[in-house]
Amino acid sequence: MSLYNKSREDAHPSRDGHLLKRNTNHKAKTLKNYTPYLLCLPAILYLAIFIGYPLIQAFVLAFTKPSVGFTLDNLKSVLTSQGFKEALGNTLLISVIVIPLQIVLALFLSLFVNTRFKGHMFLIYVITIPLALSEITAGLMSYSIFSSMGFLNKLLINLNLIDKPIYFFGYTYKLREFIVIILSELWRATPLVFVILLAGLQSIDKEYIEAAEVDGATWWEKLTKIIIPLLQPSLLSALLLRTTFAFQVFGNIWILVGRDIPVLAGEAYYWQTEIRNANIASAYAIIIAILTIIFAFLYIKTLESSYLES
Amino acid sequence: MKKFFIVLVSILILIWFLVPILLTFLYSITPEEDYYNPNKILPSKFTFKQIKDLLILLGAWKAVIRSIQVALIAILFSFLLGIPASYALVRYKFKGKDSIRLLILLTRTFPLMVVAVPLLMVYMKLNLNDTIISVALAHTSMVLPFMVLLGASVFATIPEEFEEAAMVDGLSRAQAVIRITIPLSIQGLTAASIIAFVMSWNEVFASAILTLTNRTLPAYVINTAYASTDVYKFAAGVIMAIPAMIFMFLVRKNLVTVWGLSLK
Repeated sequence: MSLYNKSREDAHPSRDGHLLKRNTNHKAKTLKNYTPYLLCLPAILYLAIFIGYPLIQAFVLAFTKPSVGFTLDNLKSVLTSQGFKEALGNTLLISVIVIPLQIVLALFLSLFVNTRFKGHMFLIYVITIPLALSEITAGLMSYSIFSSMGFLNKLLINLNLIDKPIYFFGYTYKLREFIVIILSELWRATPLVFVILLAGLQSIDKEYIEAAEVDGATWWEKLTKIIIPLLQPSLLSALLLRTTFAFQVFGNIWILVGRDIPVLAGEAYYWQTEIRNANIASAYAIIIAILTIIFAFLYIKTLESSYLES
Repeated sequence: MKKFFIVLVSILILIWFLVPILLTFLYSITPEEDYYNPNKILPSKFTFKQIKDLLILLGAWKAVIRSIQVALIAILFSFLLGIPASYALVRYKFKGKDSIRLLILLTRTFPLMVVAVPLLMVYMKLNLNDTIISVALAHTSMVLPFMVLLGASVFATIPEEFEEAAMVDGLSRAQAVIRITIPLSIQGLTAASIIAFVMSWNEVFASAILTLTNRTLPAYVINTAYASTDVYKFAAGVIMAIPAMIFMFLVRKNLVTVWGLSLK
């Protein structure tokens, strides 16, 4: 942070030639003031065109109808529809179940790995594999266990515990489908939380923990009185980031159960690709956007405050 | 006792994370009749029929090529557009810098699915719908904020004195950056590009909305999976998983730092 322009200019006066050149060349100096803006301009412009403009268009689509113009009908029909209520309910329910479990699981995983036993690097690699997989791939991998001829059924049949396969998928088995989705989401997205928490743990000064050990703190005391408070910024950012992503959950669920268990993003996809109604699809999209923006804003605010603290 | 505990927990973790992956790989090369035989947990022989059929007969290799093209274009664009901004955010102090950083952070968490539908409308007007470039442009907007932020954290690790020394020797600032800073950052920027590749390779929502016939691999799979038998689904999963896993293996050494940074 100390490597800014100012310190560099301060360092220059010893080099006489440079100083002279710089003072006489006003044009170069004003150009220099613009340089950071010029460097940022392409990226900002691109984001304005490809995110800003379509975002506005998403609102326009959501609030208009072909041949009618401005209308609240799309939003009204979405908000009052059974599909929306179910989708919102499922999206929230999945988040409320999955996210706390992920935080706890990821916390223990990262604490465990951070003891740095022999082979912990390999374990880190294995835990992070799901991070590299697409939502669909993760869904297909859960399917290898739970499909009617999947591993679980084969195992139970061969152990003579059941005679016919247990069906985990199908409209009549919604609860089972829901459980599979929860497990699949836990498998897929816990590594994301894990990585954030592990990075946080690695930046904690070992001296705090050692001091507590000298004072005879138990494992639980160390965890709740030292590690968790010090890890709070990482925990918070993991929580908020996971929450914003949870509103966008789509591929995993779509590939496993389709619309048996509707979620917000799945409905947007369905209305766009199957019904070909861009207005309703956009209404769903902006609902996702609004939810995301609220949590993203909270997320950035916490990042900012933890950044200011450090 | 402690050692026993470590081994036990490690085994549990390995089972939880590896079993679904190994099973998917196993079933993708299991003959169909063995897979549908409930008494056979393990196949009696292996076959590459499903993977071959999927890639060649059903044309998934075209989707693979398209996915690679899309990812490469997205990386190239986000690199060219993003790296100058990364540099500015690290080396200059200027008004509005924090706002720019904040804006980029915000777009980083922004779902591509919100802009996918309106983008399709724009592309239709421009006759760009159902093309590789249209998906690549959308993916660029997803990868770009990430590239700016990661690039900035890479540049922050290169001492500015190196550039100054080169400038004293008569190089312009741009030359100093190209000859000194970029080569020194190459490892970090490569890691960033690899993760950008994986992000694009895996993206499904926008790709599936923006294309109809020229689908990328995940969009192709999400569209055809329902009509496929299980072993073909697993074959598709494996084809999607392998490159991503190889790339993660390449960045395994700075995995936590790079991902930690990318998520910050």
